[in-house]
Amino acid sequence: MAMKIHDNISMSLAKPDDLVLSLKLKWATGAASIGLGLLILALANIQLPQSNIILIISMLLLSFGVILFSHALYRNHLSSNKNNGIWYNSITSRGLQGWMLGLVLTSFYIVLYFYPNLLGLGLNGQENTGLIHLFDALSLNLNGHNATQWFVYGTLYTLAILLFGYKFMLKYQKNRYQQLRTLSVMFFQLGFAFLIPELMSKLNSESSQLPYYDLKNIWPLNYAQFEQGRVDGFLNGSSLGMLLLAFSILSVFVISPILTYKYGKRWYCSWVCGCGGLAETAGDSFRHLSSKTLKSWKVERWLIHVVLVFVILMTVAVISTYLETDALQYWLTRDAFLVLIGALLTAVFSLTMIFKRKELAQDAQYAAIGFFVLILSLLGFHFFSIGSKLFFIDAETLRSSYGFFIGSIFSGVIGVGMYPILGSRVWCRFGCPMAAVLGFQQRLFSKFRITTNGGQCISCGNCSTFCEMGIDVRAYAQKGENMVRSSCVGCGICADVCPRGVLKLENVSIIEGLNFPKIRKETKE
Amino acid sequence: MSEEHVIIIGNGISGITVARHIRKLSDKKITVISNESNYFFSRTALMYIYMGHMKFENTKPYEDWFWEKNNIELKLGSVQSVDALSKTVCLGNDESISYDKLIIASGSKPIKIGWPGQDLIGVQGFYHLEDLHTLEKNAPDNIKCKRAVIVGGGLIGIELAEMLQSRHIPVTLLVRENSFWNTTLTDGESAMLNRHITAQGIDLRLGVSLKEINGDNLGNVKSVTILETKEEIQCNLVALTIGVTPNVDFLADSTIAINRGVLTNRYFETSIKDIYAIGDCAEQQLPIENRNTIEATWYTGRIMGQTLANTICGNKTEYNPGHWFNSAKFMDIEYQTYGIVNVQPAENHSHFYWKHEDDTMSLTFEYNKNSGEFQGINSLGIRLRHEVIDRWLNEKRDLEYVLHHLNKANFDAEFSRKYEKEIFNLYKSKVEL
Repeated sequence: MAMKIHDNISMSLAKPDDLVLSLKLKWATGAASIGLGLLILALANIQLPQSNIILIISMLLLSFGVILFSHALYRNHLSSNKNNGIWYNSITSRGLQGWMLGLVLTSFYIVLYFYPNLLGLGLNGQENTGLIHLFDALSLNLNGHNATQWFVYGTLYTLAILLFGYKFMLKYQKNRYQQLRTLSVMFFQLGFAFLIPELMSKLNSESSQLPYYDLKNIWPLNYAQFEQGRVDGFLNGSSLGMLLLAFSILSVFVISPILTYKYGKRWYCSWVCGCGGLAETAGDSFRHLSSKTLKSWKVERWLIHVVLVFVILMTVAVISTYLETDALQYWLTRDAFLVLIGALLTAVFSLTMIFKRKELAQDAQYAAIGFFVLILSLLGFHFFSIGSKLFFIDAETLRSSYGFFIGSIFSGVIGVGMYPILGSRVWCRFGCPMAAVLGFQQRLFSKFRITTNGGQCISCGNCSTFCEMGIDVRAYAQKGENMVRSSCVGCGICADVCPRGVLKLENVSIIEGLNFPKIRKETKE
Repeated sequence: MSEEHVIIIGNGISGITVARHIRKLSDKKITVISNESNYFFSRTALMYIYMGHMKFENTKPYEDWFWEKNNIELKLGSVQSVDALSKTVCLGNDESISYDKLIIASGSKPIKIGWPGQDLIGVQGFYHLEDLHTLEKNAPDNIKCKRAVIVGGGLIGIELAEMLQSRHIPVTLLVRENSFWNTTLTDGESAMLNRHITAQGIDLRLGVSLKEINGDNLGNVKSVTILETKEEIQCNLVALTIGVTPNVDFLADSTIAINRGVLTNRYFETSIKDIYAIGDCAEQQLPIENRNTIEATWYTGRIMGQTLANTICGNKTEYNPGHWFNSAKFMDIEYQTYGIVNVQPAENHSHFYWKHEDDTMSLTFEYNKNSGEFQGINSLGIRLRHEVIDRWLNEKRDLEYVLHHLNKANFDAEFSRKYEKEIFNLYKSKVEL
């Protein structure tokens, strides 16, 4: 990722001369290119001797490149100058390089999801070739099997979070909040998402087969969590399996609401989550590209809640199908399950309407629509289901279309592939159902808010510009209002880039601090 | 009866704030005239455009549809004169518009004091949007602009230094005082900033002033000569940033009373009925406590706009800015101030000063030696909570109370290192002596 200091100046007809890359940057770029080049050679199926050594060399070169690059950029810089030229650089300002990178990333995701054989995946028991073969030795060591496209992806993903996490930590070296939360996402990615599941699968025996489980990947982000195969895996996996299943349910209904109450959704979205982790590290250079318009906010609220309703429906459909068809295997009957879910949804809906009606005046009708769609569907499941056919919809069709449209296209191809075009948190903002659930909790009962420091705001707009979630932070700051927004992931960059010390992320400790400022209304002041 | 027509001259923070608040309170017809930009943008953010942190779009606090939706008419045009008798303003193209109420919010303009060579190509101020375009031409990079000389050690000067440095352009900063910004900061603070600015690679020249600007035969600037040392410094850009003054020349032929700015009372009424003035261009006839009669800061513009909107809409309200506060940034060091901290302590006052050993943070407290009453605080490198300090000033807390509860006023990011204990210990050790 070559970075020129600037190659085009906005609002100027004069084309300034390019500044020469410093020697360090050249070395860094060179090393990383060779590292990447080795992977591309493998991808092109060029036979490389000693594939495990080639992989190590490639990773070392990539690491060396990114680390040296980060040092050259940020080692002795002014902390306030960390975004110098970001709008002049082709790759970070939707220039030609940005579009090319977007194209490469989206293509990679399409191949990964739909044509893994192009990466060298051996089909029907054949040996892996190409890129995937390069990772066979590493995979064997970790989990006892040959590599799959997911192993390759997981490894590269983890490497990206670690390396760009290092870059991020250097860039924000004067801000300990940024350093700690980056260490945290690096830790959770390396440990929980990568190493532990791989090692766990190595421990699996004939008698006990635990499913691949990233403990921090919570439903509904992990939409497949309660599918029959996985649930059976947990149930058959002795007491550890039961414990894991219990943990995964507690995560949804107990652990995450408590943590969100205390700290806001940031505990997950910018401290733990892998999607957030990649966005914060590798995606950091693209955070300013998110749209700040009122229009995009409207789209965001519709889209993310539609996905949420979709994932709930899909999950309920899938679970009630296997509860019905294999009734003897489970202690919970389908109808009891449906009643339970219906009661839970009704409780959440009515409590919200009773206690938070005022704050949600505008949104109440949308929430009501969502609620009634869900309840009607539950009734439908109950009265009109025969076998695996649920209502008019086949649960498997629901599941596979969710997996295709949301799990693959939205979160991967668009979510990461479009980093250089739409900004780094497209998925988290417009699609992630987990973010919708946590955001709902954050908006209604969390101590977390972004506090505005009295009258010091000068409306410069750094906060809004660098908000990856596209929140118009300035709209609150210049009014001296504290900000409680469901989409805020608490990354803290708005406060970091503020030149006047106006913003602070806080978990207010006093109850009277829990007043709820109205959602901004731009239509009529 | 049709609604009153309010014309506002100037679409900066003062003019726009008064327009928005009049709209909140009434259905009056509102026209905002600007000769600078179609839409309101944040002047404070111009520097970030040059540095590549933002695009011009990002500096606009409201989307373009906002104004039409709120029925605020924005007009691009240059007001040539105001005729108070016929209640009209005249625009350049012989167009005149009549008003029922007129609000002058025309802001500031840079001071030029007639240096030889000040009209050469490559000599400029930095205040208006236009100046950003000029700077882009004069100093696009360090090949076209091999060195820049900034004249004036004020807030705009230091911002320009930071801006130019972001494009690797060597900067010489000429400061008339013998320490940076020591007309506002205490000696210790000012000295720390001298070191910080120098450490960032700025060629900081203290106690010097500009004699003349020299051009080549094409009319481009080629160097400056320093008055005191006669030294000639080669450069391709000379930025004149010795301060700003109210932008009121167009009112010269009106009958409105003007001193440096448009004179107003605390209701922003000028000498002529139905004409008001707010923001940088307004001058209070009588100073409010120890504030300047002309206040060219962002937040006072905002408060003035809010206050005047009430008056215009029938709820006559006095300007009451409260305790003084302000903020700035010097390269990498943020500055905040609340209450009164004099360069030298006022009579019966004293300073308590703490500086961190890494030379990037300091706090100065001014207090009354007899009563101990806390007067104000300057902070460099540490963020303070406005609301808390303001409350302490209202409650007339003494210094020991303030130091004892200083953690309540900390506004730094979570997990930041805290120095309250160290500061309190220093205070104790001084008291015991």
